[in-house]
Amino acid sequence: MNAPAEHRNFDWMALARKQAVPITFVALCLTLCVMSGQGPAFLAGEVATRLARNSFTTLSLIVPVLAGLGLNFGIVLGAMAAQMAIITVVHWNMAGLSGFLAAALLVVPIAIAFGWLVGLLFNRAKGREMVTGLIAGFFANGLYQLLFLFLVGTLIPFHNPALLLPEGYGLRNTVNLAPVNYALDDILSVTWKSGQGMAWTVGSADKTQPATGAVPSTGPESAGAGSPVKIPISTFLLITGLCLGIGWLMATKLGQDMRAVGQDMHIAEVAGIPVDRTRLIAVVVSTVLAAWGHLVYLQNMGTLNTYSSHEQIGMFGVASLLVGGASVSRATVWQALLGTLLFHTLFVTSPLAGKTLMGDPQIGEYFRVFVAYGVIALALALHAWKGGHQK
Amino acid sequence: MPPILEMSAIAKEYYGNRVLKGVDLSVDAGEIVCLVGENGAGKSTLMNILFGMPVVHATGGFSGAVKIAGQRVAIDSPFKAMECGIGMVHQEFMLLPGFTVTENIKLNRELTSSNPLSSVVGALSPSAGKRLESLDFDSMTRDARAALARVGLEVESEATVGGLPVGHKQFIEIAREVDRHKARILVFDEPSAVLTESEADRLLETMRALARDGIGILFITHRLDEVMAVADRIVVLRDGERVAQLAGSEASVGRIAELMVGRKIEKRDLPPRSFSVSDAELALDIRDLVVDMPGEPVTGATLSVRRGEILGIGGLAGYGKLGIANGIAGIYPGRGTVLKDGLPLPLNDPAGSLARRVAFLSEDRRGVGLLLDESIELNIGLTSLQVQGKFLRTWLPGLSLLDAAGLRAHAREMIRWLDVRCVGPEQPVRRLSGGNQQKVCIAKAVTLDPDLLFVSEPTRGVDVGAKQRILDELVSLNRDRRMTIVVTSSELAELRSVCDRIAIVARGKVSRVLAPDAADVDFGLAMAG
Amino acid sequence: MRERVLALYEKWFLGRVAEIGIPRLLITAFVLTLLGVAYFYGMNLSFLLSDSLVRVGRNGILVLALLPAVQGGLGLNFGLPVGVAAGLVGLLIPMEFDLGGWKCFVVATVLAALFGWLAGLAYGWLLNRVKGQEMMVGTYVGFSVVSGMCIFWLLAPFHNRKLIWPIGGQGLRTTLPCTSGMSRFLDDAWRVKFGDFSIPTGLLLYFLVLCGLVALFFRTRAGLAIRAAGENPLYAKACGISEDRSRLLAAALSTMLAAVGIVAFSSSYGFVQLYLAPLMVAFPAVAALLIGGGSVNRASVSHVLIGTLLFQTLLTIALPVANKVVSGDISEVARVVVANGMILYALTRGSR
Repeated sequence: MNAPAEHRNFDWMALARKQAVPITFVALCLTLCVMSGQGPAFLAGEVATRLARNSFTTLSLIVPVLAGLGLNFGIVLGAMAAQMAIITVVHWNMAGLSGFLAAALLVVPIAIAFGWLVGLLFNRAKGREMVTGLIAGFFANGLYQLLFLFLVGTLIPFHNPALLLPEGYGLRNTVNLAPVNYALDDILSVTWKSGQGMAWTVGSADKTQPATGAVPSTGPESAGAGSPVKIPISTFLLITGLCLGIGWLMATKLGQDMRAVGQDMHIAEVAGIPVDRTRLIAVVVSTVLAAWGHLVYLQNMGTLNTYSSHEQIGMFGVASLLVGGASVSRATVWQALLGTLLFHTLFVTSPLAGKTLMGDPQIGEYFRVFVAYGVIALALALHAWKGGHQK
Repeated sequence: MPPILEMSAIAKEYYGNRVLKGVDLSVDAGEIVCLVGENGAGKSTLMNILFGMPVVHATGGFSGAVKIAGQRVAIDSPFKAMECGIGMVHQEFMLLPGFTVTENIKLNRELTSSNPLSSVVGALSPSAGKRLESLDFDSMTRDARAALARVGLEVESEATVGGLPVGHKQFIEIAREVDRHKARILVFDEPSAVLTESEADRLLETMRALARDGIGILFITHRLDEVMAVADRIVVLRDGERVAQLAGSEASVGRIAELMVGRKIEKRDLPPRSFSVSDAELALDIRDLVVDMPGEPVTGATLSVRRGEILGIGGLAGYGKLGIANGIAGIYPGRGTVLKDGLPLPLNDPAGSLARRVAFLSEDRRGVGLLLDESIELNIGLTSLQVQGKFLRTWLPGLSLLDAAGLRAHAREMIRWLDVRCVGPEQPVRRLSGGNQQKVCIAKAVTLDPDLLFVSEPTRGVDVGAKQRILDELVSLNRDRRMTIVVTSSELAELRSVCDRIAIVARGKVSRVLAPDAADVDFGLAMAG
Repeated sequence: MRERVLALYEKWFLGRVAEIGIPRLLITAFVLTLLGVAYFYGMNLSFLLSDSLVRVGRNGILVLALLPAVQGGLGLNFGLPVGVAAGLVGLLIPMEFDLGGWKCFVVATVLAALFGWLAGLAYGWLLNRVKGQEMMVGTYVGFSVVSGMCIFWLLAPFHNRKLIWPIGGQGLRTTLPCTSGMSRFLDDAWRVKFGDFSIPTGLLLYFLVLCGLVALFFRTRAGLAIRAAGENPLYAKACGISEDRSRLLAAALSTMLAAVGIVAFSSSYGFVQLYLAPLMVAFPAVAALLIGGGSVNRASVSHVLIGTLLFQTLLTIALPVANKVVSGDISEVARVVVANGMILYALTRGSR
């Protein structure tokens, strides 16, 4: 918190070594941006959309990192809670901001329950929370499928032909979220179109106006000067609020306890801090935030892939945080934001660059999957490596 | 005015073993009381009772009374002890390296101020509201600085503790206890073990200053010169009894040492040797051995072991007696010169020392000595198999497999010879009692057929009956197989009953080599270093 | 009297249950129930059981591959895809040269073992530097290798028309049929038939022989050293065993077996699956080992055999039974729940 005063002559090499991961990725992203052959306007728009869509989820990972639980792969359960809530809201025919808020309220008890269960698991698997969280995500995914593929419409009375598969039970693979699409983004947004300047929009005025975020990147011709870039100011305000909220939480007694538990459970225990309970709270907070984050994501996407939207959330979140320079035991709000920016820049540009470079977008697709997994593997290995040396 | 702390007639049993037999201890406000005694005298049990440690209550509690300032109290948890104003300066540091000095001093006693959310939540649940209050760093820093000033440590209160020197950490630990507003009694448990000479002096000065402020201090240490320097009163524990209480002015180092060690020696008639032992033939010549064993560092030990003798190594916990055997066996990194039968023995090379027929039975039987989930037979044979290629049968050139039948026969023989109480050679050693596990370790060592055997703490965790048996086996290995044996033990009486000579280690060096029937005072002084 | 009954109850019932483990009992009961239900619905049991035997032989070596890692103290080797990737490279080389039949199988297995060994040494080197976090690091190293290999498959210099995409002339296809004669080559060797019930003797023998070799290995000096180092590194050190070398050997063996295992799997399945197909290969294998009674730090060949049999039978029978009871593919869901539930159970059972 307090910058050490003795660093008068700045040590660039030390900074480079310390920040090697984000620096590498900044360089990689710049290279890919150039190779993608796209104009800055298109890239900026794409990235801004994705930053608004994903930052909240990445931020939800910070609290458990500080509480010593490592990267919470269990946030997948938060995403599942969000999907349950939003499906319910759509089923109730609620729309717009009120629908979104209803989902945000409804998700809280579900996410608390899920987070509680995951936290109990983590407390039983101290020292291997991450792999437990990963497997818990897979396991929960199985139960989720059981629930929505087989139980909804059979054991659970539910009649809504718009949502059910033709057989009369089981949810459809995609659920149209049009009623709540942009519910949050459109409270306040600014649309920028080159040549026409900026246009502020307050309230969800124009439903018909397509935003770049929903349009899949179709290549250079559509990404020319003409397409508008919409920046959802309200969503960014919410994200800013969350950043401040995390800062506030860590400056409370509870936050201090989390940091203490994160450093050394034994010492915290001896000092009288309720270790298990503090860890549990950290996981619950993370799960609830992840659930909200996923709602932000879904309202922006406008459609829900019932059986796959949540699957990659954990991996993308974790990879984003790590790309930003965070580690298994250290993470800041800035690292989360920078990481989300870099990771999604990579995500947008690598297929395009692959196409320019190799004439095959497939290589880029694989490359970004490789980067997502690779960066996690690298970060985990580096962390364990350092940990081994300290002992 | 009643004493600030009064413990009377404290008695405690662990599984039928009486470790405290009615001990009285009192500390007045402003007084420094030193508690001294050998390992196993009952000091740590007494402190566990004072702090309400769970281990005490999980094993049936204790009898006797604890009074704080004349009020009888039931201390059933460490938290209760803190409430009663008892502070503990730990032997191992309870500091978070990533926290600042202030944060550590205020750990879990942070000062907070309410905020809107905490007020709302607090209305529903006061404890939850309390946890949501914001930290008040300004007040915390003020308190921390005041506490640091009291212990005389000059350090930035914003500095991160991880980067500070060890001596500073000790004082921060003390500052934390001092900062407790209610602190009335402070217990210092071996605080000077990690300090330099000048830091140790400052520590004593700090203790005196705190005592002048009216805090009662209970000081546990092995360093008798420190005891002499600060003690108002000295309490000597031995075998769970308070054997003496002296005023600081009337004590002397020699007197305290004698009281600590003094014990009736059971005279045992050891069988005679059929061979002679003398300085002319050395099995092992150790010169300036340094071993980096955590908690038991050896800083330059010189010792010779005569061929065919039983040599004892004794000393206080933490002073390095265990490090010597561990260093020679290559378990912990060591340097220096060690000659076995006149030829240099490689250090840091467990296989090398085994190949030179040096065997080692670790004090950490379950941690180092055994594969708990494997069978008795495999535990007996595996080391010999790995080092000497025993119990292997060659089927094809290059393919040798475990000779299960041969190993079983050998294991059965060993079990019969050492009287290991077990279901059979295939029983996992985890299910054996401590004594029988030790016998399996001895069988393992004998299978290696060494001519020099190091045994550390051979009777720790072993019941009384088996104790005798194990010592007898060691003697018979020495007499019948002419094995040179080096026994390291915390129990001086045990060493005095079987050894030919006893080397006492203090502060990482061999301070004296004594005959087993030497006077108690000599042992006491040698142990204090 | 009452005490004696209680003592007997404790000794026999609790002791045995604790030894076998509640999940294993539950799963055995579940498999038996499924068999009962299948019989009740008049399904062709011989057919189902033959199918289950094929799947045992096909997947067994991948389960066996976990054994050296557990024995060596590396935990559950979620990094199995490292070996699988190496094995696939070894398998594609003879296919590139249109080798068929047993020749292809033998060459592929030898190459796979070689590449697997080398990859395993590198993997073991990494695992030695991340002690305590082997499972998590292994999981993501496995994922990275699979996704990294995707790029390799696209760019690798394979030219055989049967292997690469028909258009563009570069990049391997996602699913390749095995060369003629190699497909099901082991399944059909010495096949024994009783009506609908047929035993893929060759495949099962191959699996059992490998199990036997692994069991023998753990009775050699090196094998026993791995066991000692895995169970208690300090004990190993005191014996003069190098813990790091043992772990390296364990990782290399595990990876090599995975490579050999994927060759057998592909040959029996009749197709080579590339790209993201091997991503999750470790999870069902791990689940099978755990169902067999293994744990994070202890496993034996018998656990491999029992676990593979139970888990694969469960999968084979669950699908048709589930289709009878409820329509829709519930068996896939059941597989995910059972496999990951089993792993979770093992992870949360204390002792590291």
